[in-house]
Amino acid sequence: MSELTITVMRLGLLVALWAFVIAVVGVLRGDLYGTQVTPRRSAARTPTPRPAARGSNPAAVPAEQRPVRPRATGRRFNVRSGEREPNHLRVTSGPLAGTSLPLREAGILIGRSPESALVLEDDFASGRHARIYKGPDGWVVEDLGSTNGTFIGPQRLSAPTPVTDGTEIRFGTTVVELRR
Amino acid sequence: MTTVSSVASRKGRNVELALLVFAVGIVALAYINVGIAVEGAVPPSLVAVGTGFLVITIAFHLVMRWRAPYADPLILPIATLLNGLGLVMINRLDLAKGRDLAEGMAIRQLAWSALAAGLAIAALIILRDHRILRRYTYLAGAVGFGLLLLPLVPGLGVENYGSRIWIAVGPFSFQPGEVAKLVLAVFFAGYLVQTRDALSVAGRRILALTLPRARDLGPILVAWMLSVGVLVLEKDLGSSLLFFGLFVAMLYVATERTSWVAIGLVLFAIGCWVANLLFSHVQRRVLLWLDTFSREALDTSDQLARGLMGMASGGMFGTGLGRGRPDLTYFAESDFIVPSFGEEIGLIGVFALLLLYVLLIERGLRTAIGARDGFGKLLASGLAFSVALQCFVVVGGVTRVIPLTGLTMPFLSQGGSSLLANWTLVAILLRISDHARRPVPDPEVPSTVASEQTQVVKLR
Repeated sequence: MSELTITVMRLGLLVALWAFVIAVVGVLRGDLYGTQVTPRRSAARTPTPRPAARGSNPAAVPAEQRPVRPRATGRRFNVRSGEREPNHLRVTSGPLAGTSLPLREAGILIGRSPESALVLEDDFASGRHARIYKGPDGWVVEDLGSTNGTFIGPQRLSAPTPVTDGTEIRFGTTVVELRR
Repeated sequence: MTTVSSVASRKGRNVELALLVFAVGIVALAYINVGIAVEGAVPPSLVAVGTGFLVITIAFHLVMRWRAPYADPLILPIATLLNGLGLVMINRLDLAKGRDLAEGMAIRQLAWSALAAGLAIAALIILRDHRILRRYTYLAGAVGFGLLLLPLVPGLGVENYGSRIWIAVGPFSFQPGEVAKLVLAVFFAGYLVQTRDALSVAGRRILALTLPRARDLGPILVAWMLSVGVLVLEKDLGSSLLFFGLFVAMLYVATERTSWVAIGLVLFAIGCWVANLLFSHVQRRVLLWLDTFSREALDTSDQLARGLMGMASGGMFGTGLGRGRPDLTYFAESDFIVPSFGEEIGLIGVFALLLLYVLLIERGLRTAIGARDGFGKLLASGLAFSVALQCFVVVGGVTRVIPLTGLTMPFLSQGGSSLLANWTLVAILLRISDHARRPVPDPEVPSTVASEQTQVVKLR
């Protein structure tokens, strides 16, 4: 075979090797998974219990005028048409302040254990600290036998307690609220 | 304000298939290139060997679809490409020494690759959940230390080229250190998951370091003594470094304390210094490292010098596969396979190879981040780190960054035990990553039967 063929092959091999590396890196880029933290504009840092401005969220309209399906993100927000029920949980103070996550019908677990929906990095919280789930008459918070207790105001919870929009629930040094 | 939401990963099995076909294509191109450059014709065995390689690869891929559908799609193609390129280079060295395919090392290496891939497939099928391994923590520890010390058993261990790291049973020889690496990673992961709280919380703060309590130093001292033992008795710096480095790295991952790394480095430096004072084989290695081209070093061994000269003659683009003389270096197919590649595919090609290793290691560490249990995290990071450290020791050795030691380059080097160990390592990583990337099932809905009130059923 001619020298030209061999030269083309050996340079072609180098090109192919690098093409492979670049293809792998391309797959890496499209392969992000896990927990996604989406920063929003901090304009909503207002003391009102309702999220007045939701930054870049297209559904940033007052709740009264909200359309039937307020978000098109396809996430599992538990929103029913017409009803004004809390659909997410927001951490208002503590190490995770500012975090929010959607509520699920089946209930979300809160605690330090990594399997929790809201993983608290709080030395005063227990591994499986509390659960918030949908009871027959709305959302209910239940303490799961935590060491330092779950509080609503000054009162330590001993039984599942209904919570409504804006109720402040405290675990350790973390305070969360249900929000619409 | 931020929103935390869970994003499920794509399975990526089709991506994996495409990349596998690409990898096999590159290997075939390299094989044809060798044939044309050395013998002037497309090698007649291309169809047979290529089909064999493709069948193993596709079989592995199908098992992945069946048993590990969520596993990382990049690990398998990278390992396949590296293994295939290693085969091509070994075949090329066979040709240079006048051996044809049937009697060469390449066909044996292909058989070992098939066996190793078979073992990895079996591991994927049998091991349904990596957490099962945690049950065998202490058994793994005993087996690992046993394997590490096995070459010292009289009658079983063989001393080759100054290191006693082989065992010979009948016609077969085996390097148990390669397998020990895997087993010990399981042991360290299981052990550190249990003890990391004691190792990370207690201690006094001096300057910027939180020093551990004296009694918590036990494990690291035991590990250090064993690694020094390996260094002294087996005269193998590579295994010793790999084993101790793996322990220190996993200790760091488990405890997040830099002081452990500092203690480990100090201990290792002391060990090396003392060994250099006391043992002539260590002094020889250091001489070869520092003064490779001096008269007395060349009289001892000119292997490293030849490897360096080979890489230098390859230059940026390399001589092209089949056009260099990598066969002039001893062990060009095992310890010195990186200089062989450096000579024939040049700096550009070697960097592509190194990047493939970097990506493989990155996928391992990504798996560790994604894993939802502490044991899986530690095991994946330990396995990925062991590959990284091994690459560093090998490439650092042949490029005179550190003294040359006898470790194999994962997947590339000729050697059955290395292939078996590294393919099994890949299988475990794939198993952990399948577990890590599987979407979390929603917390189960309380079953309606359990929540309903007991009703009295009137029978009459």
